[in-house]
Amino acid sequence: MVKHAGAKRGQTGSSGRGRSVGTGCGQTGSSGRGRSVIRLGAVSLRFERRGLFVMVLLVLGILAVSLASLLIGDYGISFDEVLASFMGTATDRLVAFFVMDVRLPRIVAGILVGAALGVSGALFQTLSDNPLGSPDIIGFTKGAATGALVVIVVFSGGTVALSLGAIAGGLLTAALVYGLSWHRGAPGYRLVLVGIGIGATLGAVNSLLVVKAPLGNAEMAIHWMAGSLNASTWNEVALTGAVLAVLAAVVCWQYRALGAMAYGDDSAIVLGVRAERSRLILMFTGIMLMSMAISLAGPISFVALVAPHLIKRITRTAGTALVGAALMGSLLVVSSDLVARRIFAPNELAVGVVTGSLGGIYLIALLAFEWRRRRQ
Amino acid sequence: MRIVRKLAREPFRARMNVSPGEAVSSAPPFKRNRLRWFSLIGVCVVLLSAVLFSLSFGSKDIALGQAWVLLFFPDGSVASTVLHELRVPRTHMALVVGSALGVAGALMQSLTRNPLADPGILGINAGASLAVVLSVALTGMGSIRIYLWFAFLGAALASVGVYLLGAAGRQQVTPTRLALAGVAISAALSALTEAVVLANQVVFNEFRLWVAGSLEGRSYDILLTVLPFIALGLLLALALAPALNALALGVEKGRSLGVNVRRTQVLTITAVTLLCGAATAAMGPVGFVGLAVPFLARGLVGSDQRWVFVLSVLLGMAWLLYADVIARVIVRPEEIQVGIVAALIGAPFFVALVRRRKIPAL
Repeated sequence: MVKHAGAKRGQTGSSGRGRSVGTGCGQTGSSGRGRSVIRLGAVSLRFERRGLFVMVLLVLGILAVSLASLLIGDYGISFDEVLASFMGTATDRLVAFFVMDVRLPRIVAGILVGAALGVSGALFQTLSDNPLGSPDIIGFTKGAATGALVVIVVFSGGTVALSLGAIAGGLLTAALVYGLSWHRGAPGYRLVLVGIGIGATLGAVNSLLVVKAPLGNAEMAIHWMAGSLNASTWNEVALTGAVLAVLAAVVCWQYRALGAMAYGDDSAIVLGVRAERSRLILMFTGIMLMSMAISLAGPISFVALVAPHLIKRITRTAGTALVGAALMGSLLVVSSDLVARRIFAPNELAVGVVTGSLGGIYLIALLAFEWRRRRQ
Repeated sequence: MRIVRKLAREPFRARMNVSPGEAVSSAPPFKRNRLRWFSLIGVCVVLLSAVLFSLSFGSKDIALGQAWVLLFFPDGSVASTVLHELRVPRTHMALVVGSALGVAGALMQSLTRNPLADPGILGINAGASLAVVLSVALTGMGSIRIYLWFAFLGAALASVGVYLLGAAGRQQVTPTRLALAGVAISAALSALTEAVVLANQVVFNEFRLWVAGSLEGRSYDILLTVLPFIALGLLLALALAPALNALALGVEKGRSLGVNVRRTQVLTITAVTLLCGAATAAMGPVGFVGLAVPFLARGLVGSDQRWVFVLSVLLGMAWLLYADVIARVIVRPEEIQVGIVAALIGAPFFVALVRRRKIPAL
């Protein structure tokens, strides 16, 4: 079983390679090894060299995959043509159209969606103090999908209405899950189990909505449910990007509080954090992030779960690596989308299917290793 | 062995560490037994009503009395044809598969001593369906005689995996952790299944209903293919009941009472594999039946596995039949897959179970 982070807290620093999956555990930083400090007058910035290195690699990876996505496709485009399209000097207008209005918005959408899901997953995993407490396991994703489906099926709404529906669905589901799992104090594992049950119920409701929809809406609903970046346009991307920027600012504002809360509410309060208020703000932000991603691309599963896990394994950092989780999420979604586009070309797979299967394999591997270690 | 039989008769006393002579329950033994017989009769009545509803409701309703008459005296009318060609086979299917799912849940819960164990939640059905979908995608053939064996293989792998996660290792695994592991496995396996199905849309055109679990249009051919395996699984479950009763006291105590622990575990997993594999091959993955049914059965007859299994057979049938009736009438004139309804009524049950302050180990 995936380890309970709380049980690991006593072993800070001593945890060896690959043992830092859990939230809020890791090195205390007393050794100061592997860290560098930049001082510019009064401002100083401390960072971990390994983490920085990994992030640079991730950015390079995202750029490389994005470039590959621009070049590869049913309609082959050369590197020079891509450059020319960027400069606005492309002679072939069809090429320029494919690069600027079909492939590029899709890539940007993938990056935004991945980053939003990664950060949202990291937030929830920290706040629920549970590596499984990510929105796709505890049913929030299904709830947001229900909200969006109601908008599609009942009101035939447009982009903005869809986003609002997803947010409303996500918030209501979160309220329901927390309300049902609250039993004098922090809900802990019960939160995950209640979330799983609510998620299963909402999944059935979603199927019901799709079946009950009138024919035209049902097609749209089914297509949307699979999770695809296929139809991303600049308008949608711009809208989502603007909202995500605001949410990112909120997360930065509360970043310090989040770091403190990773060690438990009591420690956070001692450190001068208003834990309850910060928790509410961060939770609201996490739900908004996830809902925006879902309204742009449909339910893309497992990214919110896997991205924070992976980044922690690779960087071996303490606390929550939000930037890393965002980059890792982007890389996962963009490369999954490339795979989804090309693996059965010319037929296109939904990106949600690819992330779902990759995430599923990762989860099974994680459980298997966990089991083997427990046997020892 | 004699003491095992004695314990099997009175597991409740044994668990309370009370010698067989003393009175432990507020209800004296004869009253307790009478209550069990009353519950049995009550459940039979519920099952009978479910069968009648299943024959009567659908996109074209047939009045209850008329359905009853037509059942024994077919008159060649449209209603009679609908009843005999569609509703009766479907009801038979639900009876067989429902009993399999109910007992599989009871077996899992008893073996893992965990009230949250259910073939759907723990990913056994998902394992079976992934294997089926893979076999159909690879061979391109949708014959139950072939993919049934793949379903067994998938169910066996998933049950062994879950059991290793849940019961091996040094420390006792709490119900919560096992359920979490199962959910993770089942989420992963269903995502993979979905990927295979969406990647081979042509092959799976006729499989679309199966993927969400459906009793619609299942022929007698399918029923007769799975029936022997389900019957074998049910018999195995009943034969295992005394040993599982003794193991309910804990592995150590069970062993000291003369139970061959390893053999019991292997046979139980075999039975679960037979039941879940056959049920999933027949109608697709349907979850949450095996969760609620044993819980209700225990509530009615206590913890004696022999009674729990018998009641799980009947309640499983009734549960699936009612789910199927709801699936037929909820979006009339269309119908939805029974798997959706089973989740719709079973998942809130799961939430209610989890919400109780402490999840007791069985």
